[in-house]
Amino acid sequence: MADKPTTVKITIDGQELEVPPGTLVIRAAEQLGTIVPRFCDHRLLAPLGACRQCLVEVAGQRKPLTACTTTVTDGMEVKTQVTSEVARAGQEGNLELLLINHPLDCPMCDKGGECPLQDQTLAHGPGETRFVETKRHYQKPIKISETVLLDRERCVLCARCTRFSSEIAGDPFIELFERGALEQVAIYEDEPYESHYSGNVVQICPVGALTSPSYRFQARPFDLSSADGVCNHCAAGCNLRIDARRGMVTRQLARDNDDVNEAWNCDRGRYGFAYAQSPNRVLIPHLSEDGKLRTASWSEALRRAADGIRAAKGKGVGVLVGGHLTDQDAYALQKLARVALGTNNVDARSWSEDEEGAAAAASVAGRGPEDGMPTYRDLEAARAVVVVDLDPHEESPILWLRLRKAAMRRGVPVVAVGSRPGRLAEFATVVATRPGGQAEALGRLGRGDGDAGKLLTEGDGEVIVLAGWRGGATGGLAAAARLAAALGGRFAWVPRRAGDRGALDAGARPGLLPGGRPVGDAAARGELAEAWGAELPDGPGLDGPAMVAAAAAGELGVLVLAGVDLHRDHGPRELAAQALERAFVIAVDHEVNDTTSQADVLLPGVVHAETEGTFTDWEGRVQATHRAVPVGGAAQEIWDLAAQLAARLGTDLGFAGPGLAAAELERFRKRPPGAAAVPEPAPPAVPEPAPPAVPEPAPPVHGAPTGRVAAGEDGGESLSTPPSSGAGEPENDGLELVTYPLLLDAASMLARAADLNRETPGAFVELHPDDAGRLGLADGASAEVDFGEERTARLPVRVAPTVAPGCAFVPANQPDLALGALLGPSPALRVKVTAVEEAAA
Amino acid sequence: MTEQVKVLTSRWGDNRAHEIDRYGELDGYASLDAAFGKAPEDLVQLVKDAGLRGRGGAGFPTGMKWGFLAKGTGKPTYLVVNADESEPGTFKDMELLERDPHALVEGVIVSSYAIGCRNAFIYLRGECGWPGRRLQGAIDAAYDKGLLGRDIKGSGFDLDVVLHRGAGAYICGEETALLSSLEGQRGQPKLRPPFPAVEGLYRAPTTVNNVETVATVPWIIRKGVDWFRSMGSEKSPGPKLFSVSGDVVNPGNFEFPLGVPAREVIMGAAGGMRDGKELKAWTPGGSSTPMLTADHLDTPMDFEGIQGAGSLLGTAAVMVFSEDVCMVRACLNFTEFYAHESCGKCTPCREGTDWMRKILGRLESGQGQPDDMDTLKDICDSIFGRSFCALGDGATSPIVSALKFFRDEFDEHVSGGGCPFPGARVTVGAH
Repeated sequence: MADKPTTVKITIDGQELEVPPGTLVIRAAEQLGTIVPRFCDHRLLAPLGACRQCLVEVAGQRKPLTACTTTVTDGMEVKTQVTSEVARAGQEGNLELLLINHPLDCPMCDKGGECPLQDQTLAHGPGETRFVETKRHYQKPIKISETVLLDRERCVLCARCTRFSSEIAGDPFIELFERGALEQVAIYEDEPYESHYSGNVVQICPVGALTSPSYRFQARPFDLSSADGVCNHCAAGCNLRIDARRGMVTRQLARDNDDVNEAWNCDRGRYGFAYAQSPNRVLIPHLSEDGKLRTASWSEALRRAADGIRAAKGKGVGVLVGGHLTDQDAYALQKLARVALGTNNVDARSWSEDEEGAAAAASVAGRGPEDGMPTYRDLEAARAVVVVDLDPHEESPILWLRLRKAAMRRGVPVVAVGSRPGRLAEFATVVATRPGGQAEALGRLGRGDGDAGKLLTEGDGEVIVLAGWRGGATGGLAAAARLAAALGGRFAWVPRRAGDRGALDAGARPGLLPGGRPVGDAAARGELAEAWGAELPDGPGLDGPAMVAAAAAGELGVLVLAGVDLHRDHGPRELAAQALERAFVIAVDHEVNDTTSQADVLLPGVVHAETEGTFTDWEGRVQATHRAVPVGGAAQEIWDLAAQLAARLGTDLGFAGPGLAAAELERFRKRPPGAAAVPEPAPPAVPEPAPPAVPEPAPPVHGAPTGRVAAGEDGGESLSTPPSSGAGEPENDGLELVTYPLLLDAASMLARAADLNRETPGAFVELHPDDAGRLGLADGASAEVDFGEERTARLPVRVAPTVAPGCAFVPANQPDLALGALLGPSPALRVKVTAVEEAAA
Repeated sequence: MTEQVKVLTSRWGDNRAHEIDRYGELDGYASLDAAFGKAPEDLVQLVKDAGLRGRGGAGFPTGMKWGFLAKGTGKPTYLVVNADESEPGTFKDMELLERDPHALVEGVIVSSYAIGCRNAFIYLRGECGWPGRRLQGAIDAAYDKGLLGRDIKGSGFDLDVVLHRGAGAYICGEETALLSSLEGQRGQPKLRPPFPAVEGLYRAPTTVNNVETVATVPWIIRKGVDWFRSMGSEKSPGPKLFSVSGDVVNPGNFEFPLGVPAREVIMGAAGGMRDGKELKAWTPGGSSTPMLTADHLDTPMDFEGIQGAGSLLGTAAVMVFSEDVCMVRACLNFTEFYAHESCGKCTPCREGTDWMRKILGRLESGQGQPDDMDTLKDICDSIFGRSFCALGDGATSPIVSALKFFRDEFDEHVSGGGCPFPGARVTVGAH
């Protein structure tokens, strides 16, 4: 066969151009700057040809063709509305038909001002309508979900929303119903349209048919000021457009970036911005006086903070870095710790990681796509993708979308290893493991065992291994890195929160300096000491949980909490309360909560829309987010606060001008040349200093976790095979608890996001059908969950095969059950689930 | 004079022809041995040589359509019989299924053998209960006799046939919508390419043929190309069923060689105009084909002849309108059908048919405006050749042709403040 041509030559409106074969005419015209009008066409959705607006004339065709469904052929001559009377007349005729039943309520429609139908009508539409009949009338609007309202009178039936739901998100609850002039978008009567991606259908609606309650009637598009942002919720790195009116964010949209989020984002990222207006927002500094907070001036607050540090410094200082701070904030805080406070007690982790796990995470520090980190695009071209200890649909929704695309459209095999793959199970080969069983399961995969193993070891291309944060203490993270190394593939650490990766790169780790430089490496310390003009501590630092434990035990004099809610992130509650009680606490936060209300000094920090900085996503991609609204009240940038606090302690962090912190971070963000790029399977490439022996605090649960159950013995069960009934363990020994936060939970960043809060599921216990059957529990039943130590909760039961046999999943941070505050982060324990007799009605 | 022929209708006079034993006595299933004695590709060639053209409306050469089926895909090949007969004026397939259902089953067996199909589907219009029961009875009987199932008549050829009843949508006669509906999806037409011959039912190579087409194949196998071509014209050979309805003395299905002059069908076989009325208009192929007038009665009824007169042969459904018929009302009636049956997928058909229905309703009820006729024409222009599938094109046919031949009548509806014919509707349609 002859070589296939790589381009074809076509002519559009007399202009020649070359495009790849298979290009749609509408896309080719865009390359010339000619926008053929369209409604149903969307570059990321399959061609449909329903709205018929994009008619063009093609030489040799007796009828006009739709540019959105016609692929180019060599020598094709196309005339668009620019040069063709046929195309122009066709488009105008179609526009007239689209308008006859349209309510023309533009003056009160949210889309007015940014509406393709309105724009085209103004440009090409008839000045008067010939339609004298009665228009279609529907009830308006109807509620599709908590976040989507539908006005069927405005709908042009382009099916973008239904196609997004079926093609991209795989949430098939929104569909076209009826036919002819009564065709309409609708939902299944008994099932709500529940999707983490529902906001996208509002954004891609080409008219005002789909609107979101939170933005409805809030602004005209031309009254908005917009800033380019990057989402601060999870580590997916979605690009945002932040729209604000009169100093308040009114909405957030997904901003196109085909390297990252394509044109989508999740509902949490889209609607989770109203917390800036929370009544709990802190806008001025506060000091603790007689057990209560009172307002204070900046100078008084900073002086009290510095005094407190000086007084208690002898007992040690710890700096806890929150998960949603910018890279610059994390960099400044670790520099504060190391240079001004002289300690390596700085950490952005609220969870425990063992030495190997920490080393695996550290192996990606300071590396981005240009240094060989796998990217979103790489996922689509991989031989296979292994996802370990990660439920991307809940923890990194846009990553889930890309994995779904890779699997469904590109045929990339996805293997999910862990205790709860969630909706990965829709397209992945699932290797279900109990907590602690991942390492062995991954080892077997690496040897090519089983169908899943063959997917990884046979065929061309490279394997990409994505590992979540949850395996840091149970061997999953380290084993995932080893698997990638063994297969010659690539490894990425996918943390939960938007600031986690940047904090790692910036050196907010007790054992790591910026750019992944080990604290234990004297040359690295020397390099930074010279640049910073200060001696660096070389002693080992405490990790996050150890710092809290030490503070609770009275062994740490000062805690600096930057965006950290100790109760929620470092429970159990008793431990957090004790730490807050015994240490001098400086909190930098945007809100008053159980933790910050107990601080000695509370300094108001900016929120996302008020900040300038960068976020680093799981790929190591650094993206800038810009200020969309003025800073609220007297709040300040957190990096700036760190510098001011250091100054009060007599240390100049060197951030006295705008951009200096950012510029300095850029100098040290990258892993220095020569440093190991890929972790050795063993021993760990970066030795993380083990937390020093910290006396166990009084509160109960903390001692319980470390003794692991028969780890790995029954790991690697396929969901299709029944569990080996707990490998000989007695039945009443209970189930292993799996817990992590769902996308929608009681997060402070979801405060005032009323629509999302209504969609938040509340606590439940999810069981595998085998276990549910054994325990006599049906979906929807009520169960008593015994977490031990007299901690119980009565929860509704969900039965789903997406949780591994032998495990019970309970979400970590729901409004009705703050499990993290009850049990502490990453609890490893067995729970007993028993049926509750329904009381007679 | 052109004589009526007895091919597809040859067993219609026997009221036991639907019983398999009786069907056998009437030479039924005789084509099977002849077919199994030949190589499948020879049968495809035979149908090509015979020049059989699809009887479902478009007249596409059947053998060529079979030849398009993708080979070596590793997927099964499907034959789907389009029995979703719902074009207004067309009732040939249903009578065939009622009177002679085994003729279709026999056609399915030999056609499937020719194209290498092991699972054939018959998509039957949902409303047609009686033909459906007759056809299911015939299929069951064929299974009992070993004419369907494994190793048919020792040939080694296996075939299963599934009768699927639709839910009553005209659009499901369009082949991609039919296949979607058969798969359990919404019955709406799909983009081509991929064509069904490459990716059809369950994304496997599929051919969709009309009932009459499939029922004609056994005759070609048994009697040969020359016999087949002895009827009709060079380009449109063979016998054809003509459904005649309307203001004629003797409405019904008649079988003629293609190319018979319309006059002989209407004035001859169908007994001429009822009550001695004048013929005003007639459709050559159902409501989707532009109407013709008495001036066109000598047009030969084959694909080329009718096209030469400015219309289409379609399904050869001849609806005859006498001088008593109001053409505005006729158009309203047709347009209500199209507006009701439009699937809603594309703008021109969904909005245009609904608007035209409303305008015609106003004209008929005396609320017409002088520029309504221009608006109607413009709407037809916006639909014809611009809608997603041919349903929209068909919807414009009655209106465009009525405006062409009977414009005065439309004007009279405006100037006279309503319909000049007796029994005028005073209210606009119920939809």
